[in-house]
Amino acid sequence: MSVKVEHQLEQVEEKVTGADVLIQALVAAGVDTVFGYPGGAVLPIYDALYQNDTPFNHVLTRHEQGGVHAAEGYARVTGKPGVVLATSGPGATNLVTGITDAMMDSLPLVVFTGQVATNVIGTDAFQESDVMGITTPITKYNYQVRDLKELPRVVSEAFHIASTGRPGPVVVDIPKDISQTVTTRKDETTSCHLPGYQPNTKPNPLQIVKLADALSRSRKPLILSGAGVVFSGAADLLRQFAERNQLPVANTLHGLGSFPGTHDLSLQMAGMHGNYTANMAIYECDLLINIGARFDDRLTGNLKHFAPNAKVAHIDIDPAEIGKNVETEIPIVADAAEALRALLEKDITTLEHDAWIDTLEQNKRDYPLWYDHAEECISPQWLIKEIYRESDGKAIVTTDVGQHQMWAAQFYKFDQPKRWVTSGGLGTMGFGFPAAVGAQIGAPDELVVSVVGDGGFQMSSQELSVIKERQLPVKVIIVNNQSLGMVRQWQEKFFDERYSESIFSENPDFVKLAECYGIRGMRVEQEAELPGALAEAFHHDGPVVVDCRVVQMECVYPMIAPGKGIHEMIGVTK
Amino acid sequence: MKRVITADVQDHSGVLNRITGMLHKRQFNIESISVGKSERVGISKMTFVVNVSDDQKLEQLTKQLNKQIDVLKVKDITDHAMVARELALIKVVGSGQTRAEIQGVITPFRASLIDVSRDSLTVQVTGKPDKVEALISLLRPYGIKELARTGVTAFLRGQQPQEVTDLNTHLA
Repeated sequence: MSVKVEHQLEQVEEKVTGADVLIQALVAAGVDTVFGYPGGAVLPIYDALYQNDTPFNHVLTRHEQGGVHAAEGYARVTGKPGVVLATSGPGATNLVTGITDAMMDSLPLVVFTGQVATNVIGTDAFQESDVMGITTPITKYNYQVRDLKELPRVVSEAFHIASTGRPGPVVVDIPKDISQTVTTRKDETTSCHLPGYQPNTKPNPLQIVKLADALSRSRKPLILSGAGVVFSGAADLLRQFAERNQLPVANTLHGLGSFPGTHDLSLQMAGMHGNYTANMAIYECDLLINIGARFDDRLTGNLKHFAPNAKVAHIDIDPAEIGKNVETEIPIVADAAEALRALLEKDITTLEHDAWIDTLEQNKRDYPLWYDHAEECISPQWLIKEIYRESDGKAIVTTDVGQHQMWAAQFYKFDQPKRWVTSGGLGTMGFGFPAAVGAQIGAPDELVVSVVGDGGFQMSSQELSVIKERQLPVKVIIVNNQSLGMVRQWQEKFFDERYSESIFSENPDFVKLAECYGIRGMRVEQEAELPGALAEAFHHDGPVVVDCRVVQMECVYPMIAPGKGIHEMIGVTK
Repeated sequence: MKRVITADVQDHSGVLNRITGMLHKRQFNIESISVGKSERVGISKMTFVVNVSDDQKLEQLTKQLNKQIDVLKVKDITDHAMVARELALIKVVGSGQTRAEIQGVITPFRASLIDVSRDSLTVQVTGKPDKVEALISLLRPYGIKELARTGVTAFLRGQQPQEVTDLNTHLA
């Protein structure tokens, strides 16, 4: 008898479940952190995490949306895919905003959702949602695993698709019975076979010659650098290229840090709330070299007036972006680093364009970003400048969307890539704070400052629990104007000051809120108190929430009103 | 302008949904889509007839199709010599003497009767969309009970002439 029992035990030991196979596949993909939230359909996976001495970190967020934004923050600062795990139905639908956000901002994510068992898919079973249907338009690609044999291949393809070419989110939907299925299969080598997905990274040499030629004839050249430069790790190459040919560089919102913000050639951010020099440079240049930006409408303003005199060259890894919004004479489908390397190999003799550089210098001096100091409370722009000063310009800054985001973009000068984590394309409130959680996990030794509005913070403040639990030293700076500032600004300008539902008559006591999570809370109401408070917060050995009361009626300037051209800014003062 | 575009795609579940979803999201104006297996195992062929306003829209359409991970190859075959055909099934009211009359109407179109009942008959016609259209309008006075069309399916002719021809000569 005993012999028989032993034999059975041996067999049991050899067997693994689908959930174990998934964990093996995650390990094989080099995953170190998973942001997740358990639930019925992923119980087998969570059980496998419990039983296996899992060689990666699982971060339990307090809402699935917090998990996916944290994964985005992680992806943004590490450059590696953020990994998310959530259950079926409500777990999966709570991810939708974050997945869309990642899609719009080209962030690599691999999202695993549980699904009801295959035999009840399509019956409106408990906690069933059509994840494939819901996520098809908001992902780079998605999979539903119907057979355990496919799982290792699907996982490796998902990581490959998410992180190569133009990065993006990939969803893998795993029915419960698949993760419960017992198999004897062990590690198997898997290979990606994706004949329809072969991103082109090398530039066409003829197009590079064309661009070099155009550059050598240009009297007013301009580089517009976007997030593509950051993703491809091309910031150094961009700096070499700009310096060698004395090319001024404007950047998009997500291009912050792709070129040093304090560099002489930097014109800083262009677009709706970009500065005068950058926008006028776009208006007046005769050659616009877009590297890794997608000509978003918040950048271009009215397309009729966008770079009207310029020959446009566009370097992008995604061919579909070239010519989508702006007619392009020199299309270059390539990875930004590869294209810049090819350009650096060319011996380009540029025309003398000192006059152009001088004009831009003069504009920088004459039309700087400006603001007035408030008498009673804190000027939000000054608050950002103080954060910049106190952090020595070296913080990782995360934001939501709105006024505080634009002020942070304007007044924090990023000299390094991967330090600016913001929701650009989708403009997601509630993004900034959970993104800071992910950023801090991805970059544990860096100072992570989450600049958020009082509105957005309340959309995801439950993640305070996570920073407490893990002792993540995130500094949350609430730019508190007791209102939805950007909504209020638009109502002021375009809706005759009818402030419909944009001003909070009640806000929680954010200091007490932090304290009830066991986190240090501080309130700052006057400018005189701010430097001391920031110094204290930044030197504090743990998380801090600083509630900064700022001027309620402040507006973000300069601004290009909707429908207006890039040269028609309002709020520019000499 | 009307364009005929073909795409070789991986024969995975949900591919059609992916592609029509993308076209819908990006507001492309689709006249017809037809899909079926191709000569290669695991690869289907799609034919789109689309109405696009200009070259820029057309370029976006082919680029966005190409960007789909399940799409292997996209071709705009409009300006080449091609064969383009559509199938239509038309159930017409007809009994007694109209039956013979209808038979007379469809013969020049090389259409055929594939089902006959006491008070109706079903005509099958294949050809270029204009020919199908012409037959339908001729049959309409008899009373069409039911109509189903497949949409155009097309590919390049085996031999391409030197001169570029006009789309209408193919679809007419």
